[in-house]
Amino acid sequence: MPRKGAVQADDVSVDIDDEQSDSDDGTTKRRANRRQAGGGRGGGGGAKGRGRGKKAESDEEEEEDEAPKGRRGAQNKRPAKKRGGKKDDDDDDSEEEAPKNKRGGAANKRKGGKGRGGDDEDSPAEKGGKGRKGGKKGGKEEEDSKGKKGDGKGKDEKNKKKKKKDDSSSDSNSNSDEEEDSMSEGEMARLMEEVEEKKKLIANIRNKPWRMKRRLVLLREAQQFVDKFEGALGKGKGRKWYAYKVMMTKKWIKFQRDFENFRTACIPWERKIKEVESHFGSSVASYFIFLRWMYGMNLVLFGLTFGLVVMPEVLMGLPYGSIPRKTVPRAEQDTAQDYAVLMDFNGYCKYSVLFYGYYNDQRTIGLLKFRLPLAYLMVGIGTFGYSLMLVIRTMAKNADVGGGDGDEGEFTFAWKMFTSWDYLIGNAETADNKYASITTSFKESIVDEQENQKDENIHLRRFLRVLANFLITCSLGGSGYLIYFVVKRSQDFATRDDLSWYEKNELELIMSLLGLVCPPLFETIAELEDYHPRIALKWQLGRIFALFLGNLYTFLFALFDEVNTKLEEEQSIKNASIWAMKEYYANFSRLVNDSESTPPPMNPADVIRGPCWETAVGIEFVKLTVSDIQVTYLTILIGDFARAVIVRFLNYCWCWDLEAGFPSYGEFDISGNVLGLVFNQGMIWMGAFYAPGLVGINVLRLLSSMYYQCWAVMATNVPHERVFKASKSNNFYMGLLLLVLFLSLLPVVYTIMSLPPSFDCGPFSGKEKMFDVIMETIDLDLPAFMGTLFSYAANPGLIIPAVLLMVLAIYYLNSVSEAYQNSNMELKKKMQMARDEEKNRRNNTDSTNQVMKDLEDLLPNRSLAPPAPPEPEKPPEPEGKPTKTRGGAAGKGVDLQKDVSLASSNPNAREPVTRAPGARGRGQPPGGRGRGGPPPR
Amino acid sequence: MGNKQSIFTAQQLDAYQVVKCFCRLSRLFYRYRDLAPQLVPLDYTKQPDVKLPYELIGSMPELKDNPFRQRIAEVFSEDGEGNMSLDDFLDMFSVLSEMAPRDLKAYYAFKIYDFNNDDFICKSDLEKTLNKLTRSELTEDEVKMVCEKVMDEADLDNDGRLSLEDFQHMIVRAPDFLSTFHIRI
Repeated sequence: MPRKGAVQADDVSVDIDDEQSDSDDGTTKRRANRRQAGGGRGGGGGAKGRGRGKKAESDEEEEEDEAPKGRRGAQNKRPAKKRGGKKDDDDDDSEEEAPKNKRGGAANKRKGGKGRGGDDEDSPAEKGGKGRKGGKKGGKEEEDSKGKKGDGKGKDEKNKKKKKKDDSSSDSNSNSDEEEDSMSEGEMARLMEEVEEKKKLIANIRNKPWRMKRRLVLLREAQQFVDKFEGALGKGKGRKWYAYKVMMTKKWIKFQRDFENFRTACIPWERKIKEVESHFGSSVASYFIFLRWMYGMNLVLFGLTFGLVVMPEVLMGLPYGSIPRKTVPRAEQDTAQDYAVLMDFNGYCKYSVLFYGYYNDQRTIGLLKFRLPLAYLMVGIGTFGYSLMLVIRTMAKNADVGGGDGDEGEFTFAWKMFTSWDYLIGNAETADNKYASITTSFKESIVDEQENQKDENIHLRRFLRVLANFLITCSLGGSGYLIYFVVKRSQDFATRDDLSWYEKNELELIMSLLGLVCPPLFETIAELEDYHPRIALKWQLGRIFALFLGNLYTFLFALFDEVNTKLEEEQSIKNASIWAMKEYYANFSRLVNDSESTPPPMNPADVIRGPCWETAVGIEFVKLTVSDIQVTYLTILIGDFARAVIVRFLNYCWCWDLEAGFPSYGEFDISGNVLGLVFNQGMIWMGAFYAPGLVGINVLRLLSSMYYQCWAVMATNVPHERVFKASKSNNFYMGLLLLVLFLSLLPVVYTIMSLPPSFDCGPFSGKEKMFDVIMETIDLDLPAFMGTLFSYAANPGLIIPAVLLMVLAIYYLNSVSEAYQNSNMELKKKMQMARDEEKNRRNNTDSTNQVMKDLEDLLPNRSLAPPAPPEPEKPPEPEGKPTKTRGGAAGKGVDLQKDVSLASSNPNAREPVTRAPGARGRGQPPGGRGRGGPPPR
Repeated sequence: MGNKQSIFTAQQLDAYQVVKCFCRLSRLFYRYRDLAPQLVPLDYTKQPDVKLPYELIGSMPELKDNPFRQRIAEVFSEDGEGNMSLDDFLDMFSVLSEMAPRDLKAYYAFKIYDFNNDDFICKSDLEKTLNKLTRSELTEDEVKMVCEKVMDEADLDNDGRLSLEDFQHMIVRAPDFLSTFHIRI
């Protein structure tokens, strides 16, 4: 195909040639092109002909090619010859000329189409011609097959004809019909290919490094071409269908593009982020981009939860007050509307759609027979599934884009030089900082380079590092214990009524305070360690992560303790209520003497009910989230805003410079904010199952956070003194998110699979396990064989092999990727070796003797020129062959080497050992000097 | 969106959309026009030949703090002196947009750092780049050393200058290249 394309391009029309060459003349080919043509876009054609057509044809050769083609053309048609001649004259095409010529050819061809024999019988020598002859005889299939058999030349020929015919078809509609009828299938295929190529060009045109004007011109041409010939394609019965298909594809592409545009236009906060970016560089902006991404994800989760769980329950479920779980108990009704109670998510909040307990366990609700319990479980699982998928896909995409295998240290200086300027910066102050930081980083690298390791007091440093880690471990353990202690205490408090505000909110406060106090503490301790800032940042992130994680899990374990006590309590209440019910029925039937069981006429508010641990857990999570929001916002307000105000205005009447001195303005804490976001998301994931409303709260939080933090960062913060780059840590954050997702998945799945749900609240009430909903659906709603299928699938005998298989697959893929990595490393090493060797060789040129020098002059030559050039020199001096010519054939090289090694005592004496065998053979002194002669050019 | 039609014909719009890397055409146009409202007509259906001088382009807030702004303008302008027509302007921001592919960006980055337009980044180019990046705060020796190190690291074929291949080889592995070599507009 490449060859065909190239030939055809030369042959058929000038503008095609131009375009095609350009289309291939991607950035990678630029260099070759430039070497040859001395730069400039115009020279693209030649380089491409060589690169793509693999026939090593330069501009001159191309021109030489023209002549025979012209002759060939002459055999068939006059106008073609004329065109060939013209093309020889002005290779720099003028676009008006080409169509004219083509038209001329087309007219001719039209004649040929009617009475083909006249023209074509002249060219029986050409195989393509034969094919056409066959076509005249009538068998189209035959013609096609023969045409296919035809070699490149034949195809050229055909191609040319076809092109013209196509032109004719578009030029004159009157003739076009019969024209197309006589078009052979081979030609069709070729034309189709061409059209496809044009389409590809259109699709890729935005990736080409051309000027806009040129692109527009090319695009117009390509589009015209496609428009012209697409209609011509397809014939007979398939034609309408083809035209329809083409039209639909066009529409579809247009739609896709519009949709893409629409999507880009829908990305919110582009300008806000840009503003932040230009003031603070890409690192701070990366936080906001992350926030935006998070917002998008949460919107989807919100849509899922509200669309499939909350709205159906609100619209189709029983109204508030109809059943006990949807009613505030009598004892709480007096205070149910108090602000304080509502803020604790008790009272009316507790018995609302926000929490698990509100949902009814009816199998189907409403007219639509919506299976709410099933939907509830599925949404719970789907939340995790969707998040997992999204996070992993984003990570994979990031890894793909990030270039991946960037070896630290390989290009330290080059990267610093070419990528350290942040093109986003559009603010003078930030630019100043950036200049300063770049200068420092260069100086640092220079110092590093000059004295690679300076270890003044390694013992002291080690001691300090150990001490720092010890301190941090202590504080981590302390914070964990504190949380455990507080949760335990809160359980005690739960039984009492006379609680102060602090005692009620102790847990949330303590957790938020820990998150507030510990990171700066860690930072202070980390000063002891004296790491490089980037490493220090990683440590800091890791420690904060450990802190949050520890806190979260301590909280969870304490919560599970509470859940267990609640479960016991519930058991007794359940027994009690069942007993009461029995009593009632016994009395009822005794009094009325009627075995019909009517439920006791009791107000739903008065019914005895269990503690409903799910709702309790949900409330804990919601409270935690809300207090987290409050603390974050207050921190920004006090820590950043108040500080900025004080620094700004008190500076006039203070004894030292507040702006430059101690308090100064705050910097935006990227890592802390990102981690906060990640953990907040973790809480959402965990809590969403027990409190569907939590997702909505989170969406609101992220939304307000975006505006609030954008404002705060612009108004109160100053750019970092050392602007860190964040792009690489992007996937780091994602990795954290994935870890948190996994960790928050565990407790939820545990409760779904093994804890018994409350007997009187929530969609799963009355079941042994929440999971039973699925079993029930399988049993009742799906056909019977599905049930048996599932029971087979759930068989351990099947599951264990499946797990084994998966483990094996993972092992296999892992080892494959390892093997690839190894070979990658190997190749890299080889490249490095080749480079070093080359470098050594260059550096040592002067030190080696004359012979070596002579011979080495040959080397670069050989590597550049094709294997052919040395050949002519062989005949005159046959005995020089062993040392001088290196045909490139491996076998020969080995032989030669043997020869030489016999001739000289120690062939390797003056050579670097790493040299490849071929080169070594050539480097031999005995033959090389005398007979080597001038290097073959 | 409605008044876009009056600036460009539908066909032009269509063509631009295919060719360009992202879609905020009208926004870009107004940015361009705002630079010199008296020069740029509101009607582009007849493709008027208008060029804005470099002084105007370089004073855009997106560019004015960029040490390479002159190079950027020169590379993307058709006359090589920083005077830009609308097409050049669109070109520039489509290359610098987030959605432009890496190879395209690398190609133009190479052009930008190739100060003397000889299609190779040689030592003098490196020195210029470095001096622009650090505002000439490094000493002579340091500059020399850094340039040597860069050559040492990135010059694969050891011809003492960086060709486009060398540059691409190096730049596509850089973790920060894509995130820093773009301008949001």
